[in-house]
Amino acid sequence: MGKRVGIVGVGQTHHAAHRLDASGVELIAEAVTRALDDADMSLEQVDAIVIGNMDHFENINYVDMWATDGLGSCMKPVFKVTTGGTTGTTVGAAAYYHAASGLFDVVMAVGWEKNSESDTQAAIATCANPVLERDPFAGAIGPLATEYSMYMKAYGATEEDAAIVAARDRNNALNNIYAHNRMKVTVEDVLNSPMLSYPVKFLDMCPRSDGACAVIFAVEEKAKKMCDRPAWVHASVVRHDYTHFGDLEWQWMPTLERATLQAYKYAGISNPLRELDVAELYLPCSTCGVKWMDSFWFCDRGESPKKIIRKRVTEMDGELPINPSGGVIATNPIGATALIRVGEAAWQIMGRAEGRQVPKVKKALATGFGGCSWSDVFILGADLP
Amino acid sequence: MADWKSEVEEVVFPGKICVPYSWTVGSTLSKWYVQLRDDGEIWANRCPSCGKVYVPPKIKCLDCYKDMNDWVKLPGTGTVETFTVVHYHEPGLHPKKPPFVYGVVKMDGADTGLVHLIDVDPDKVKVGMRVKAKIAKERTGHITDIKHFKPLS
Repeated sequence: MGKRVGIVGVGQTHHAAHRLDASGVELIAEAVTRALDDADMSLEQVDAIVIGNMDHFENINYVDMWATDGLGSCMKPVFKVTTGGTTGTTVGAAAYYHAASGLFDVVMAVGWEKNSESDTQAAIATCANPVLERDPFAGAIGPLATEYSMYMKAYGATEEDAAIVAARDRNNALNNIYAHNRMKVTVEDVLNSPMLSYPVKFLDMCPRSDGACAVIFAVEEKAKKMCDRPAWVHASVVRHDYTHFGDLEWQWMPTLERATLQAYKYAGISNPLRELDVAELYLPCSTCGVKWMDSFWFCDRGESPKKIIRKRVTEMDGELPINPSGGVIATNPIGATALIRVGEAAWQIMGRAEGRQVPKVKKALATGFGGCSWSDVFILGADLP
Repeated sequence: MADWKSEVEEVVFPGKICVPYSWTVGSTLSKWYVQLRDDGEIWANRCPSCGKVYVPPKIKCLDCYKDMNDWVKLPGTGTVETFTVVHYHEPGLHPKKPPFVYGVVKMDGADTGLVHLIDVDPDKVKVGMRVKAKIAKERTGHITDIKHFKPLS
C-alpha cells in the first residue's frame, strides 16, 4: 500500500478563456506560488516535482525544460507526464506514488494548459489513430454525443436530464472566484442554447481555458507537521482501455466502473452515494453527469435519470454535492483540469473551499477523464487511511 | 537475417498537419520587448535575494524562486562565449542568408548568455571576442529589434 500521504497545499490560477497577461510559465508560477502559500512552506521543502500538459495545445514540447523558472524545478528531480484529459490526475497520482514509495517526502504536482494558444479541437484530433479513424472521431464533442445518444435510447434519459446537470455545475461556479465561466443559467437556457452535435448543446459542453493548478503531497510525518487538517489519500486508481473507437463500450464506462470499484475497496466504502460527502468529477459535458452516475456506482445501470438527476440529490444541499466548484463545464485548462478536481476535493476536506464549501466533509471523490475513456480516481479523507 | 523484412509489405501513409498557434509573451517578457521596441534598450532583471542578473529576463530566480521585479539596464556590450557558423540555407527559419554566425553573448552586467546573431566574418569570429548590440532602426517588438552583435574593434 505504500506510505500514508496527505495533501498539504493547493494553488490554482484565476482561469479564463484568454490569460493574455500571462505566459504559460507565468500561469505555472502563479499556481505554484499560491500552493506554497496555501501550505505555508517554501520551495526548498519540495523534494520532487511532477508536471503535465498536452504539448500540442501550445506547440512547445518539454515544459519541464522551458518552464524551469516558473515551476521552481531547477536542480530538482522532475517528471513530466501527459495522458490527455487525465493529465491532471495522472500528475497527481505520480506525485502521490513518489511520496508513497518512501523515496521522496514532499512532492508537488503541477498541471497547466494555455488553450488560447491553439485550435484545441484540431490539436485533440491528433490523438486519434492517424491511419484508421482520425477523421470520424476527431475532437471531443462527437464521442460524447455518441455515448449519450446511445444512453438516451437504452434507458430513456433525456436532453433535459443533461440540462439539469449543466445548470447545477454552472450555477455552482458562481461561488468559485477562480472559475472561468461564471453564469447564472436555467435548465431552459441550456435546452435553448445552440446545438453542437446532437444531443450536446453549447451550454452542456466544457469551454477551453488558460490556467494552472498545483497540489502538494507530503508523507504522514511531514504532513502532520505542515498542516492541521491534511487531505489524506485513501485511494488513487488509474484504469485505461481502448485500442480503437469501435472497441469501446458506449452505454456505460468500464474504466470508471473498475477504477471506482477498486478505489472504494481501498477506501472501505460500500455505499458511495451515502458515504461520500462531496465529489469533484471530471465531467467534460453535462451528459456525462447523467450517464456516468451509473459507473460511479451511485445507482444501477440506467437508473441515473430517475434516482439521481431528477431527484436533485447532487445539488449543493443534496445527499452528495457534485462539483461545488462548477466543475469542468465551467473551467477547463485541460492539463490542469483533473488536478483542479483533486485540489478542490482536498480543499473541501481541509475546510478551505470558501464560498463553495460543503459542511463537514470527511470523504471526497475526485476523478479525471482522458483519452477517450480513461479514468483516474482519487478518494481523499479527513481521517488517516 | 537477410530477409527479415520480406514478410511485410511496407505501407506508409503520408500526412501533414497545419495548426495555427500563438504564444503569449506574458508580463515579464512583454516589459523586456516593450523596452527594446520603444526605447531601443536591453534590460535584464535581477534576483532581489542572490543578485543574479538574467537576460532574457526570468519569471522567478532559478536558484531562489523570488519574484524578479528588480530591472537593470544593460550597456549593450558583451563577450562571445561560444558560436557556430551556419552554412545551410533555410529561408523559413533563418533571418539571413548563410554563411552567418550565431553565438551566445554574455552581456556586461548580466550573469546569463543571450543567443543572437554575430555580424562578423565567419573566418574571424573568436570565443572571447568583445561585441556590442546593434539596435534596429525600425523596431516591431521582436528579438530581431536587436539586429545583431558586432565586434567592438
